[in-house]
Amino acid sequence: MEIIVCIKPVLDPDLPPAKFTVDGKKNEVIPPEGVPFVMSPYDALAVEAALRIKEAQGGKITVLTQGTKYAEEIMRKALAMGADEGVILSDPAFEDSDGFGTAHVLAQTVKKIGKFDLILCGRQAADWDAGVVGSLIAEYLNIPVVIRAKSIEVLDGVLKIERISTNGSEVFELGLPALVTLSSEMGQVRIPSGWGIISAAKKQVPKWGATDIGTDPSQTGAAAAVNRLVKLYVPVYERKCEMVTGKDPAEAAARLTEKILAIKP
Amino acid sequence: MTTKNILVFGEVEKGRLAPITKELLGGARRLSDQVGAGVNLLVAGALSGESLQDAAEFGTDIIYHATDPGYGEFSSDAYSFLAVELCKKIDPVLCLMGQTDLGRDIAPRIAARLGAGLCMDCVEVRFDPAQNIFVQTRPAFGGKALAEFSSPAGKLQVNTIRAKSMEPAATQAGRKSELMEIKEGPDPSAIKTKLVSVKVLETDGIKLEEAKIIVAGGGGLGSAEGFTIIKELADALGGVIGATRVPVDENWVPLSIEIGQTGKIVSPDLYIAIGISGAAQHITGMVSSKKIVAINKDPDANIFKISDLGLVADYKTVVPVLIEKIKESAR
Ligand SMILES: Cc1cc2nc3c(=O)[nH]c(=O)nc-3n(C[C@H](O)[C@H](O)[C@H](O)COP(=O)(O)OP(=O)(O)OC[C@H]3O[C@@H](n4cnc5c(N)ncnc54)[C@H](O)[C@@H]3O)c2cc1C
Ligand SMILES: Nc1ncnc2c1ncn2[C@@H]1O[C@H](COP(=O)(O)O)[C@@H](O)[C@H]1O
Repeated sequence: MEIIVCIKPVLDPDLPPAKFTVDGKKNEVIPPEGVPFVMSPYDALAVEAALRIKEAQGGKITVLTQGTKYAEEIMRKALAMGADEGVILSDPAFEDSDGFGTAHVLAQTVKKIGKFDLILCGRQAADWDAGVVGSLIAEYLNIPVVIRAKSIEVLDGVLKIERISTNGSEVFELGLPALVTLSSEMGQVRIPSGWGIISAAKKQVPKWGATDIGTDPSQTGAAAAVNRLVKLYVPVYERKCEMVTGKDPAEAAARLTEKILAIKP
Repeated sequence: MTTKNILVFGEVEKGRLAPITKELLGGARRLSDQVGAGVNLLVAGALSGESLQDAAEFGTDIIYHATDPGYGEFSSDAYSFLAVELCKKIDPVLCLMGQTDLGRDIAPRIAARLGAGLCMDCVEVRFDPAQNIFVQTRPAFGGKALAEFSSPAGKLQVNTIRAKSMEPAATQAGRKSELMEIKEGPDPSAIKTKLVSVKVLETDGIKLEEAKIIVAGGGGLGSAEGFTIIKELADALGGVIGATRVPVDENWVPLSIEIGQTGKIVSPDLYIAIGISGAAQHITGMVSSKKIVAINKDPDANIFKISDLGLVADYKTVVPVLIEKIKESAR
């Protein structure tokens, strides 16, 4: 199995709201100092899923990331987890691409690599939360796609995917090559071993630009974005919270009950 | 003949129009009056006469009903095919669908095929008449931010809409709409994935999204037994239970009751959050609840910032008292 995994560096989604600020003039998030970006958690699941398939039946895992900031760091992490190879897609022409532009870059890269059976993505990047790039890559490559998988099985060249749905789950069968996006229900992501970290540090990670993968500059970057960000701001949801107290928890609870009963529909 | 139109992707639940579809029709109707467009509805699968009448009374001008058995159950491949064929024929200015299993799945696919603009999980879609464009607002960064996007004029927009963000249309009794049957099924070559089985976690009683009272538990409950306790509270209040991601990941509760960005979007009259820290990804799914009550042992928990009533305590010591007192008051 030749598996390609797409990963993206994101501002840590667990960053508490109090530390999250936006530059309203530039419409950009101001990353707090000293807080590094992380591999988007769903993308880490995609790497994990690839490793499990490889362990079960052998194969090679190639990781792709398009970006400049922290691309190297998250790539090393994926390699340390056990991925075989990586390519960083980095070019001024790719910067500030929207989902279509990013999918275009990734699909072109897959075409350049040529040989692949399975592409894995996260269900959504935990920064903009769009959840479109996987499906778009599949459309550009004209291959089947299943989104939000919780498990992947490969049997005699047929993929069996259980994916989550609003009220349960569904199982699909599809042929290869295919693209699958992973959801958190897949389980735990492994922590790289010391040996993994050492061998990852030794690996060469090539950087490819627009000319290497043959992308048309009119289809990538900020200028190609279809819908444009015009405003980014922090919504204010705060309410005035009345704290209920009492001489002991039981009394406080009794008071809270009265207040709940008063507002209960 | 094509006229300017907005196309709503309808969803059917037990033979009737789903709540999200009524919300979309409300939004589409308001936009269409500004844009000067008609409202078309695409639905597939079995539909009752009542639901067709609902659609008309909620403001639909033309209902496209795909009746081929190939559309009998949701298939991303088949529905993407259906949507693209219809869009080519009626040339809508805007496609609206829910941020649901269906919308998440087909919106990017049809946008790619039609070269359309795309915006997911919108909480608002406005029309700007000066520029003749649609403007979308959507949460980002797990709900910590809101982002506004402008779309290019004259290009089809495919937008998915978050549940409970558009006001359902007012019904106009006796209003009529035109019904067009789509008899052709999907092109077999378009079907690349085969559905082999479906597991539905049936909720007993009231659906989470429609409940007036929700008692939600988080990681602070510490175990599945914790949920037995808050279930008792929910029952006493006539409500249902919900959860954050943590209890779902721990397998204390099923995924179907997760609330938040990747779970369900709820806005009950009363939301009681117990042992929930108030992470952005959770808040984004419940912040529009009318009244929010929080019980948490940490006085600095973020959940208190968005609550109306708060109690700092170990839930184990206070929830049994709440249950007791509420049962008492009901006698
Ligand atoms: C991309 C992404 C998407 C996500 N989507 C969702 C989503 O849709 N929904 C969701 O909920 N989360 C989601 N999350 C996870 C989210 O970020 C938080 O991790 C999660 O909401 C935290 O759940 P919690 O508050 O229950 O648990 P914790 O953060 O563990 O908080 C537990 C709280 O309980 C309190 N507590 C502990 N013991 C007691 C006690 N005995 N009595 C009273 N209080 C007690 C603690 O003080 C604490 O405040 C997502 C995360 C990411 C990265
Ligand atoms: N810049 C990127 N580089 C590599 N993969 C990406 C990038 N952006 C998005 N992806 C992949 O596409 C998935 C969905 O992203 P999105 O549509 O932006 O939410 C992510 O989880 C990644 O797997």
